[in-house]
Amino acid sequence: MAEYSMKTPLKDEDVRKLRAGDTVRISGTVYTARDAAHKRLVDLLDEEKDLPIPLEGQIIYYVGPSPTPPGKPIGSAGPTTSYRMDPYAPALMDKGLKGMIGKGARSTAVVDSMKKNTAVYFAATGGAAALISRSITAAEVVAYEDLGAEAIRKLTVKDFPVIVAQDCYGGNVYEDGQKQYAR
Amino acid sequence: MREIQASRITEEVARLCMEANFELEDDVRRALEKALETEESPAGKEVLRQILENADIANGERMPMCQDTGLAVVFAEIGQDVHVAGGGFEDAIHAGVKKGYTDGYLRKSSLADPVRGGNTGDNTPAVIHVRIVPGDAFRLWIVPKGGGSENMSRIAMMKPADGVEGIKKFVVDNVRAASGNPCPPIIVGVGIGGTFERCAWLAKKALLREIGSTHPDPFYADLEKELLRLVNDTGVGPMGLGGRTTALAVHIEVAPRHIASFPVSMNLNCHAARHKYIEL
Repeated sequence: MAEYSMKTPLKDEDVRKLRAGDTVRISGTVYTARDAAHKRLVDLLDEEKDLPIPLEGQIIYYVGPSPTPPGKPIGSAGPTTSYRMDPYAPALMDKGLKGMIGKGARSTAVVDSMKKNTAVYFAATGGAAALISRSITAAEVVAYEDLGAEAIRKLTVKDFPVIVAQDCYGGNVYEDGQKQYAR
Repeated sequence: MREIQASRITEEVARLCMEANFELEDDVRRALEKALETEESPAGKEVLRQILENADIANGERMPMCQDTGLAVVFAEIGQDVHVAGGGFEDAIHAGVKKGYTDGYLRKSSLADPVRGGNTGDNTPAVIHVRIVPGDAFRLWIVPKGGGSENMSRIAMMKPADGVEGIKKFVVDNVRAASGNPCPPIIVGVGIGGTFERCAWLAKKALLREIGSTHPDPFYADLEKELLRLVNDTGVGPMGLGGRTTALAVHIEVAPRHIASFPVSMNLNCHAARHKYIEL
């Protein structure tokens, strides 16, 4: 298992290096979106309208942070379960999205799209939200403020800790790991 | 007749909503520390280390362990000789949830309409389960419940012929299918018997029990032990990355059933396993 530090935006050659199980520390810009924001983004694509965020080379983090307390850039901000975004993710990868951060395994359709579009799926530790928020240095709402916790935020992250859960070759840390420890 | 002021209920509920989200319970911490010692998978160990470090940060900085601070589930046992004064009982609970989630900078995850949406803005209403009991006790359990583990919970109206083997298959198959989604290591609450809605309630109630406690009936205590072994043999492991710690505990609650029915339910709780108890 290799260890990498990567800066956003990601390029195809960055994604191609990564194998399921690798550890990555991400720095740069990451956008947040979860259920409701995804629906709006994909509705805009269906209507052939412009999106409120760039997708080319970008990473979307599936998170709805807790409210920002005074003196902090953001509240607790751990990953939400990713399968709920499976119906939307392929359309975003077709428009250049290179990475997703969440928790839990993805559908076959998402994996096929990751292979086709050279994209990667990272997992952060679910429930380690106070720890994870330490690697977020700035946050601003850039779209859908009416959605509250589900609004799209632009995060500035430094050494954000993730592992490669599913890579662009079909590698899957959930399948491999669970097989190894099942009795 | 003992009197309890509604304002006192509100204050206690507000405090416990915050504390439940900031502080990892002692029983859960002990179970996680023990898991860290026994876990064989390096990735699993790293997840357990992060969970424990996260708990220390959350407690020290008074911020939620998890951004999903849940819907506020409240179990109450109210003695029939208690009088709640100065306001309605349920109103007092909702007011406490509103205050706790607002003052504690906890996430508001409650949608007013399940289909059309619209956030209620203060995480109300609480989900309240009340039992009226003899005497003048007043007991509250505050159980903030996140969506990730709730979504992986299941109920089945099985055939009586399915028996104990059917229960085992139901629990193990569903834990394996849930994989990393409910944030393992999980607590598995199992309800057996009752009607459809009683069975689901039993599984939720099973999550109130302290980790390490066993069912008072040796038959079910043995079944809890066997289910825990079977669940851990799935290899799902911490956050589904593979490992020997898929669950910290399996708790079973049972109720009489109809001769034709065999309801079995499974309510999962994530590793934060937030549960606070108070007696007023």
